[in-house]
Amino acid sequence: YTVLNCVTMANQSSLLFVIVGKNEPLYEAEFNHFPGSDRTDSLTRQNYFVLHSSLDLVDKSAWTSNNMYLRVVDKVNNQHVSTFLTAGNIKFMLLHGGKSDDSIRNFFLEVYELYVKLSMNPFYMYDTPIISKAFDSRVRSCARRYL
Amino acid sequence: QRGTFDTMSRTNTTSILEKPLGRNTNRVLGGGGSNDGTVSLSAFSYLYSELVQYHQGRCASISELERRLESSGYGVGLKVLEMHAYRSKESKREIRLMGILQFISSSVWKSLFGKAADSLERSIDHEDEYMIVDYDPITSVYASVPPDLGSLSADAYLGGIIAGVLDGAGFGARVTAHGVTIEEGENSNHSNHGGGSGGGGRFMSSNNLGLPPRKTKAVFLVKFDKEVLDRDSSLDR
Repeated sequence: YTVLNCVTMANQSSLLFVIVGKNEPLYEAEFNHFPGSDRTDSLTRQNYFVLHSSLDLVDKSAWTSNNMYLRVVDKVNNQHVSTFLTAGNIKFMLLHGGKSDDSIRNFFLEVYELYVKLSMNPFYMYDTPIISKAFDSRVRSCARRYL
Repeated sequence: QRGTFDTMSRTNTTSILEKPLGRNTNRVLGGGGSNDGTVSLSAFSYLYSELVQYHQGRCASISELERRLESSGYGVGLKVLEMHAYRSKESKREIRLMGILQFISSSVWKSLFGKAADSLERSIDHEDEYMIVDYDPITSVYASVPPDLGSLSADAYLGGIIAGVLDGAGFGARVTAHGVTIEEGENSNHSNHGGGSGGGGRFMSSNNLGLPPRKTKAVFLVKFDKEVLDRDSSLDR
């Protein structure tokens, strides 16, 4: 029972955005539209599970298309995983309940611009976790604007 | 175009995320000209010579020096890859071997040095080896290698840049820089293919700088990992 409830809750309210490097996640953020909803542990873990299990599919389509925006690569129940790949093969992945392609694409482009600016920082090493608070707050404001 | 200031911040510094990315601001061209966002060759050579001397003082062997120069360039390559792809606004990545090599020898070279690389060749003996040739790389315009350093090339830094771009894009490769003597009668002037230096010939070859003509050209040997070749050939089918 509880698992089913968690899945439907995920559809309505939460979006999980993860930036994945070559070996590990570099940045994670959850965007809630309903801050009052119950966040249970199993819900968050399930989101992560869905997103990470679609990494294989991302890898597969990374080498068949030369677009950066890969659209929806995986669908589990009602959750969609959309992906955007940078030139350096850093994956931006968004777990959502079926948002419009356009708004997701715009969100990814904004975050891409932030990511490129961040990587110009000589003290930020490629493929390392992103700890900048400024980056975090700007990503969240992008999410509020586009998603 | 000015970066916006965060009104809530207590200090006056803007975060790097708020500054606009602008157009090509890191080209290296001879003769100064800071208005169009280029860096003078003299400034770069000065900085680069200090970098080489710094590493030289801390290395015990030639190969270690070469490795240090390469790793200095590696970080540049990673950043150049992202920056350039973003600026081209095409939202496309390179997934083919020839694609990424052409990207490096024309786009990356043009944005860094103002001209495309002089040639891109494929080795006949080895399937996994390619060569990018530059007759006048900026790192060795003013560098002369003493004989006790043997085959070290000052262009190892550029080799590192190439390696960074390739690694970032997912094409693992070993890149080495070699100085190859220019044959008699070889065209050592910048050829016109690839648009050369555009209008006005802003790139100053060492001939224009009053230096004697170069005896060696830089050849960057790119040896791809096996899995890269396998993946590329599987895309052919």
